[in-house]
Amino acid sequence: MIKILWEIFITFAKVGVMTFGGGMAMLPMLQREIVENKGWATEEEMADYYAIGQCTPGIIAVNTATFVGNKQKGTLGGIAATLGVVAPSLIIITLLAGIIEYFSALMWVKNAFAGIRVCVCVLIFNSVLKLGKKSVIDRWTLGIFVLVLALSLALDCSPVVFVLIAMLCGLVVRVLLVKDGETK
Amino acid sequence: MTLYLQLFWEFFKTGLFAIGGGMATLPFLYDISDKTGWFTHTQLADMIAVSESTPGPIGVNMATYVGFLTGGIGGALVATLGLITPSVIVILIVAAFLKAFRDSKYVAGAFYGLRPASTALITAALVSVARVTFFVGGFLPESITVNWKAIVLAAVLLVLTRWTPKVKNWHPIVFIAFSALVGAVFRFAGA
Repeated sequence: MIKILWEIFITFAKVGVMTFGGGMAMLPMLQREIVENKGWATEEEMADYYAIGQCTPGIIAVNTATFVGNKQKGTLGGIAATLGVVAPSLIIITLLAGIIEYFSALMWVKNAFAGIRVCVCVLIFNSVLKLGKKSVIDRWTLGIFVLVLALSLALDCSPVVFVLIAMLCGLVVRVLLVKDGETK
Repeated sequence: MTLYLQLFWEFFKTGLFAIGGGMATLPFLYDISDKTGWFTHTQLADMIAVSESTPGPIGVNMATYVGFLTGGIGGALVATLGLITPSVIVILIVAAFLKAFRDSKYVAGAFYGLRPASTALITAALVSVARVTFFVGGFLPESITVNWKAIVLAAVLLVLTRWTPKVKNWHPIVFIAFSALVGAVFRFAGA
């Protein structure tokens, strides 16, 4: 039992180490480690887990790890997989954070980070465009997008409020207003 | 102790309501920054850069980083646990009802509304990062100046990451390293 849990933990720690840049970048690593090397899930199962992981609360990587671990060894397996996937982050970031705080007083480091911030803006802009293509698909979703953007820029309130209201709007539009097969 | 509880609670909420991956945690981190003053918007922009260029899921990296800045190693641990706890609980429940969940029109409807909202919240977060990146200066509107060097670099990066064949598929860490170099050489901070 312990041995299997440990194996789950280590396998996901490996996936965590090799993933740069978040959940989307993790898919190829998962396919190689979990589907091909370990045979813990089929290609189709992995695609399902991933799709659900994207639309359930939380980090996609954690969600997918919990799914696979759970399938392998129940609740404990799910927890072992999740701890595995976050362990490398915890160690690496804790080490780095100490160093970065120490160095951030240096002028050249400040300059470098000012440059990096520009890059971060561009990277977020690119992910927004990518997300927008999949999420803003008709006039209803465009309306929700514009409204939430305007309100969240103008008002100082928690994103939780917008998330809940938007889900309610989606339910009303899809379940009450739009009949099957229609998108307009 | 209170600080740890507060960290856990803030990140638990983030984990519960941020849907669609690491970038979706951004609006929540801005909210935490405004509410608690644990870190500034500028620090947050730096955190994103560090999280993007180190191994591991971005959301987890950010939670660890914020936790560490706020409460040391214990804080890093507590923030990360807070972030992942809702995921684990929700997924364990969903796994039990996998098929019903996938076919439910109510679930589909809720996500239909949620996805554009999530995109909008990330866009608003982008506006916040852009504000501290492209504008320098104090609180009065007339004392704010535009950081032209940053705008030129942004234009170059946009062309590289969107319209240059092959280059646009490079790993983000390459562009981050390039920007760090440009920033250091051309003294971006003092602009």
